[in-house]
Amino acid sequence: MKRLYTHFGDRAFAGTLLLLALGVAVLAVLMAFELYQGGSLALSRFGLWGFALGSQWDPVIQKSFGAWPYILGTVLVSLSALLLSFFPALATAIFAAEYAPRWLAQIINFLLDLMAAVPSVVYGLWGIFVLAPWIRDQVQLPLYLWAAEKAPWLLPLLGNPTGYGLMTAILILASMIIPFTAALARDAIALVPREHREAAYALGATRWEVMRMAILPLARGGIIAGAFLALARAIGETMAVTMVIGNSHKLPYTLFGGAATMPSVIANEFTEAVEDLHLSALIAVGFLLFWVSMAVNFIAAYLLRRQERLVKGVM
Amino acid sequence: MLPAGQVRRPEKELALRARYRKERFMMILVGLGTGLAFLVLFLVIAYALAQGAGALNLDFFLKDMRPPGETGGGLRQAIVGTLIVDGLGLLIALPFGLAAGILLAEYPDHPVNPFLRLLSDTLNGMPAILFGLLAFVLLVKPMGGFSGLSGSFALGFLMIPILARSTEGVLSLVPKEIREAGLALGLPRWRVILSLVLPTARAGLITGVLLAFARAAGEAAPLLFTAFGSPLLELNPLKPMDTLPLRLFAFAISPYDDWHRQAWAAGLVLFGLITLTSLLARWASRRI
Repeated sequence: MKRLYTHFGDRAFAGTLLLLALGVAVLAVLMAFELYQGGSLALSRFGLWGFALGSQWDPVIQKSFGAWPYILGTVLVSLSALLLSFFPALATAIFAAEYAPRWLAQIINFLLDLMAAVPSVVYGLWGIFVLAPWIRDQVQLPLYLWAAEKAPWLLPLLGNPTGYGLMTAILILASMIIPFTAALARDAIALVPREHREAAYALGATRWEVMRMAILPLARGGIIAGAFLALARAIGETMAVTMVIGNSHKLPYTLFGGAATMPSVIANEFTEAVEDLHLSALIAVGFLLFWVSMAVNFIAAYLLRRQERLVKGVM
Repeated sequence: MLPAGQVRRPEKELALRARYRKERFMMILVGLGTGLAFLVLFLVIAYALAQGAGALNLDFFLKDMRPPGETGGGLRQAIVGTLIVDGLGLLIALPFGLAAGILLAEYPDHPVNPFLRLLSDTLNGMPAILFGLLAFVLLVKPMGGFSGLSGSFALGFLMIPILARSTEGVLSLVPKEIREAGLALGLPRWRVILSLVLPTARAGLITGVLLAFARAAGEAAPLLFTAFGSPLLELNPLKPMDTLPLRLFAFAISPYDDWHRQAWAAGLVLFGLITLTSLLARWASRRI
């Protein structure tokens, strides 16, 4: 009798756990469903492809909504930020994992944690008051003055010298996503078995040769997974980007000009959207954002899992 | 003809010297890259200290904000609001996140696990603003208005996958022997988990909870259209509530110098709150 009772206790406990844990699945399904539902007004009006590829976003006069400028803005900003941040991030990981003495490596790890913990709004604040004015005065204005005199045909490409735009957003974003790439790359490098290094050192390789020939090839999967994770962060980053990107409805055609991304347009317009169609269009942008992030995160998770198996196999 | 070694020696030396040169060059490059990585972080912290420290005084913590154009006042309403909205969010997230983590770690053969793990990983990287949209559609619209509670739900949604993964990670560090000892004594599995595994992992669990709290405390995006913000102290979670990141955002894009100063101060306080929580988490993982 007692045994049956404990059996029942186990089942009840596991059942409760399962019920609660399925909250995670419910959350994901609910998000996909509710965002679709919320955006259905706009999606049915313009069609999924019409909405995703339409380049006119005019909530006031034409009342037509196309998300293409924001999709393009998101792609431009996040890919450029990833590209720009990859080298410093990888260097930090290599330095922390192989070159630095223990105490320095610990400081670097602490700084990486710190960098990931600084709130997005604080980066945005710095962007508004320090980076944007600096870019305006030191980069845009000189270029603008020079072009006005020597190459007037360049002027449209330089945009209005305000300091707000794609370039500022890319610079801030690149700095913000460094910790994600760096931390995963560091872990991947640290996981490479000691024997691999020792064998290479025994052959007389220099430290860099060991890194290039024995460590990086094995850690590659983890490094790429980290880059994808950083990309996912970059795609979804909202506040800092909203604060410096200039929030333009038009298609981004120059690095210096204003633009917007999918999250930034939602953040920027949501509380101003009084009409149902406008609100629905913004939620529909969220729906697209959901699937883009889902895909990128999925790839990151897959690569990480494969890397774990690979390293285990080698050991 | 000379023996081969004598001819080749200078060549070998040259090759070796080139390899050393490359080694030094790469070392410098790696060092430069590391410095570059932290450049913006240092600049941000330096500016926040230079600009915000002056606006930090007792009033900042004890008074509500003043109307536009008037100087003085503080951000009491935002500080209290951050703690309430974030705290309620944590309460919402705890049962779901902990349960998912326990299931993943303690029932490794459970059929839903691969699926559950993939979903928590994916949700972990979801843009925070989407959790805000979800809370808006689920709560703000039906309730007919912005509220601190809907903000708590947005942050709670955000914390669930973080808690799930950290709980799983911590529980997998608990030695197998502890579970085996419990089972050998005839304890049912649920008692082993509740009375042996979880208490053993207590420090790590607390660390995970604190880190989830810190992560959510810095979020503004999901609160823009849920908690919304309020200029006065509000303790009723059914009303719109202020939080530090929200207020910082509003102040940063305002045209007033005094508000800009307070935005920097808010950044410092927010940063301090998050760092303090993370330090507490580190301390907890070592001490408790």
